Amino acid sequence: MKSMSKGLKKWRLFALMSALLVFLAGCGREEISTLIPAGKVAQDQFNLLLLSTAVMTLVIVVVSIIYVLAIVKFRRSKVGEDMIPEQVEGSAKLEAIWTGIPIVLLLILAVPTVYSTFDLADVSSMDVQAEDGEGMTNVTVNVMANLYWWEFEYPEFGIVTSQELVVPVGERVYFNLAAADVKHSFWIPSIGGKLDTNTDNVNTFYLEFDRASSELEDGVFYGKCAELCGPSHALMDFKVKSLPADEFDQWVTAMQDEQAAPVEGEMAQAGQELFEQSCIACHATSGVGEGGKTSPNLATFGDRNRVAGYMEHTEENVKNWIEDPQKYKPGNIMPSGKELNGGEDFTEEELDALAAYLMGLSVEE
Amino acid sequence: MDVNKKYTPQSWPDHPETATLEGKNKFVGFWLLIAAESITFASLFATYLALKDKGPSGMDMFAKDLYELPLVFAMTMILLTSSLTSVYAMYHMKNHNFKAMQAWLGITVLLGASFLGLEIYEFNHYVHLGFGYTHSAFSSAFFTLVGVHGAHVLFGLGWFVSLMIRNSKRGLNMYNAPKFYLAALYWHFIDVVWVFIFTVVYLMGVMG
Amino acid sequence: MSSYAQKKGFGATIWDYMTTVDHKKIAILYLISGGIFFLIGGVEALLIRIQLATAGSDFLSAGTYNEVLTMHGTTMIFLAAMPILLAFMNAIMPLQIGARDVAFPFLNSLGFWLFSFGGLFLNLSWFMGGAPDAGWTNYASLALASETHGIDFYSLGLTISGFGTLISGINFLVTIINMRAPGMTYMRMPLFTWTTFVASALILLAFPPLTVGVFFMVFDRMFGANFFEVTMGGNTIIWEHLFWIFGHPEVYILILPAFGIFSEIFSIFSRKRLFGYSALVFATILIGFLGFMVWAHHMFTVGLGPTANAIFALATMAIAVPTGVKIFNWLLTIWGGSISFTTPMMYAVGFIPSFVAGGVTGIMQAIAPLDYQLHDSYFIVAHFHYVIVGGVVLGILAATHLYWPKMFGTMLSEKLGKWTFWTFFIGFHLTFFIQHFLGLLGMPRRVYTFVGGQGWDLFNLISSIGAAFMAIGVIILLVNVVLTTIKNERVGNDPWGDGRTLEWSIPSPPPFYNFAQTPLVRGLDTYWIEKMEGNKEGMTYSEPIGDIHMPNGSIIPFFISFFMFVAAFGALYFPDGKPWALPVLIIGLALMFGCMVIRSLKDDHGFYVKKEDILKDLEGGKTDGRK
Repeated sequence: MKSMSKGLKKWRLFALMSALLVFLAGCGREEISTLIPAGKVAQDQFNLLLLSTAVMTLVIVVVSIIYVLAIVKFRRSKVGEDMIPEQVEGSAKLEAIWTGIPIVLLLILAVPTVYSTFDLADVSSMDVQAEDGEGMTNVTVNVMANLYWWEFEYPEFGIVTSQELVVPVGERVYFNLAAADVKHSFWIPSIGGKLDTNTDNVNTFYLEFDRASSELEDGVFYGKCAELCGPSHALMDFKVKSLPADEFDQWVTAMQDEQAAPVEGEMAQAGQELFEQSCIACHATSGVGEGGKTSPNLATFGDRNRVAGYMEHTEENVKNWIEDPQKYKPGNIMPSGKELNGGEDFTEEELDALAAYLMGLSVEE
Repeated sequence: MDVNKKYTPQSWPDHPETATLEGKNKFVGFWLLIAAESITFASLFATYLALKDKGPSGMDMFAKDLYELPLVFAMTMILLTSSLTSVYAMYHMKNHNFKAMQAWLGITVLLGASFLGLEIYEFNHYVHLGFGYTHSAFSSAFFTLVGVHGAHVLFGLGWFVSLMIRNSKRGLNMYNAPKFYLAALYWHFIDVVWVFIFTVVYLMGVMG
Repeated sequence: MSSYAQKKGFGATIWDYMTTVDHKKIAILYLISGGIFFLIGGVEALLIRIQLATAGSDFLSAGTYNEVLTMHGTTMIFLAAMPILLAFMNAIMPLQIGARDVAFPFLNSLGFWLFSFGGLFLNLSWFMGGAPDAGWTNYASLALASETHGIDFYSLGLTISGFGTLISGINFLVTIINMRAPGMTYMRMPLFTWTTFVASALILLAFPPLTVGVFFMVFDRMFGANFFEVTMGGNTIIWEHLFWIFGHPEVYILILPAFGIFSEIFSIFSRKRLFGYSALVFATILIGFLGFMVWAHHMFTVGLGPTANAIFALATMAIAVPTGVKIFNWLLTIWGGSISFTTPMMYAVGFIPSFVAGGVTGIMQAIAPLDYQLHDSYFIVAHFHYVIVGGVVLGILAATHLYWPKMFGTMLSEKLGKWTFWTFFIGFHLTFFIQHFLGLLGMPRRVYTFVGGQGWDLFNLISSIGAAFMAIGVIILLVNVVLTTIKNERVGNDPWGDGRTLEWSIPSPPPFYNFAQTPLVRGLDTYWIEKMEGNKEGMTYSEPIGDIHMPNGSIIPFFISFFMFVAAFGALYFPDGKPWALPVLIIGLALMFGCMVIRSLKDDHGFYVKKEDILKDLEGGKTDGRK
């Protein structure tokens, strides 16, 4: 008996713990959860979620009450085996009620829906010139989605980066979205809903970033591809750094500096030589330039949060990736290390050197 | 009811196509099929309009300078006339005049065949100009829309001919009357679709 | 012609089913093949959930996962849910309207064989170089980029089975329009017949855009057309429009018959006339109509612009009104009734909260700006499984138990039936409820794996455990079917005791001519009316006993479908430059048309069941409700 009750207690504790766990996990991680909005767009959408949930809860409560009462009160065991119920045809009054009330509830939802649909699509101030005549009032980013990586071009600043979007906090940022190969979809859940990157046209919308990403545990917001685009769709992640305005300006200035920083350390210098033999044909290492390239720009590689968008940012992962990119992102177009190195595998030293060089590519302090 | 029963023009019902349950079923079913066909053509028209004049950058063939309007006008007249002759055929079917029906159907088939011949000539002409099926999105959409219509014409001709041959010896009865009627109905439908093609593709194409 | 009563050998039985034009046998064919595809699709679902149970799993490779997810969706929608519903429509609808068969028995058979060869063709892709891998929606840019023949199997397979479905749709419409028994006015038709009618109308109008879309896909991939080739002026959004103009009504093609089934169940097992019958009919028609006005809500994030998004958002919300009307009428049907919790009723009662949950999340997604977050996340996965599993699959399982006796003459075990219900129902909510939250936490759909530590690990595990429960439920159902068939305890006309409509007035299973005498319908729930009046004759009849005209069987539908299947292989391998491809395509099509010509030229007047044979059946108690 004792052991049984002890077992029961353990079981109860386990049930309680797991319930708690489910609850705690409920809101998710602030880097990616739509339930912890960190920008105006996500906030508007979250408010719509709350409003619709409230209205829908009302509906569910009404239905549940009738439903539970009905199946409890009118069981055959209760009303008698031989009871033949009255064959009611219906009621025009009731039909009117349950047609009318839902229409009212829907109108409550319809008004903010229409308002918000137009509000979130309003890009009219995108191309407004700043009053001082220098550039625009807002930052614009041209996003090009490629098979499993993202390119971010800042046309006003003449710079381009990839895999990590850098944006200023507290400003409206406009996005021109397109895809280079197949359709993808651009989504930063905690900042705002998604918009497809089509192969046929450029889509435009805006997002606002209210929080500096440095406040987050991982230091970045998580971005996703939300449209099935091939084998590695699941791995087509990008990261977002939102910087306070002055830091963002510094970052832009650093990116615009065409003077390549001197490569420090013997190892990294050896890596640079290798890079210039094997990699430079596809990968640029200067942040200055235009978008539409076939391969990611590596100017900020050392500053990144992840390797290949999703792996931990370690030299080991960089080496693994160079050796066999297909293993980590099946279906991407980067050749294997062997092919890059003229038919021979990179030696361990060469990989070390490449990793050291790449990790040293940085525009942040 | 014995569907093979012999009839005279006097005993022949006013609406032989729907006099039996089988005929009635075919009649309703066929109208529904036409509804589905209409949606099919609507989808093809929508696609054509979306892709009209669309092609690779530097494409220099557009609807405006491509279409041979006089030829297409002749085709239109031929097909419209064939619709009229099929009406005559059905008039005689309803009067139980088998020979006259066969004769008018024969004329309908000849007109339909010449329409098809001209269409093949037209397509051939475009292909020779370099406007082949794989030339551009525009050409794919054009040939698919008009070609699917052409395939319907071909099917209709095959239908008429096989009905005429099959029943040449035994004349009209309650079993085959609905079949003739439906073939003629189908022919009208094809004709109506062509009127839309002529307007939307050719006239609107040439006018820009 | 009394040979139908004799025992047949195995080979003869197979031949009989291959040539049958009897709607009840075709129903059984649909049920078996749809059931097999349901199991295949279910295994694919389990593979998906095993893969996603833990972060970074390598149970399936990325490419294989995409094939599995595509085939899961395609199989479940086209090859499982639709055919199983067509099985019940075939089995029950003609009986409900007092008809001896459908309007076009030959086409009925053709529809089945086209569907099954199309489904076979699609599934052969697994063994012939790879299954389709662009999702069941097969968006054009990805589909054109796909390197294996999978997409071609998809396009051609759906073309073939799509023709089959279209034919069935026309057939049911004509049957309902022309073949109702005397007195069976439109407003006396049972609700399952009504929903069959509206769903068939949707099939009629929705399948052509799909056919056109996959036709473009076939020509782009195999014959060098440029509909979706952006560099050649093509446009991939055309595919999305065509697909969803079909795709949204398709959802209603599935759910409306399920609504019909539940309507029957609520009424039978509450012993009550449907509350607000005419409102239910009107709501069905309205849902069918609105179904064509809302397709772009699947495309809110495509970038159609705020005006289009706002209009389609409002149109979508409008659908909530007739759907709500239905829910409340069902609730009022059981209100004041005498509820018997049989297995079908358990499903019906379980359906209400499940479907309401699916409905309200649907409204949330109709709110376009909110949908920007929910679209293509796990929230949508949860939503449509709540509608499809919580609505359609529960409806299918309910109908399986409800109509099993009518189709096979034996009752499925109630005890095992309830075990199936509870395991499946609990498993279903466990699997999918939590997925709403996965979506809100930022997990996109159609991902073959996920990186741990994004807050998704636990929920994914819970979801996978739920899937196991669902699998157990299905296994119990299979055991139930086997045991019931072995026991073979025959049942009478009205095994549930409270049948209300015509199908329960005749034996289970009915004789092949269904009604010895065509009944006279005297009102809604006509059999109930007769029962309440104590009619010893079973029904009131509209004709004396006499010869009955029935159609002949034919093997031609099988061959038409088979040759189309053969021709499809020719088309498939044509772009590979195989020398035999074009001949196979042409000869296949020629033989197919040849079969059609044979059918057209050969007179087939059917045969008569003689009055004596019917009287003999009557004595044996095999024909109608006479005691």
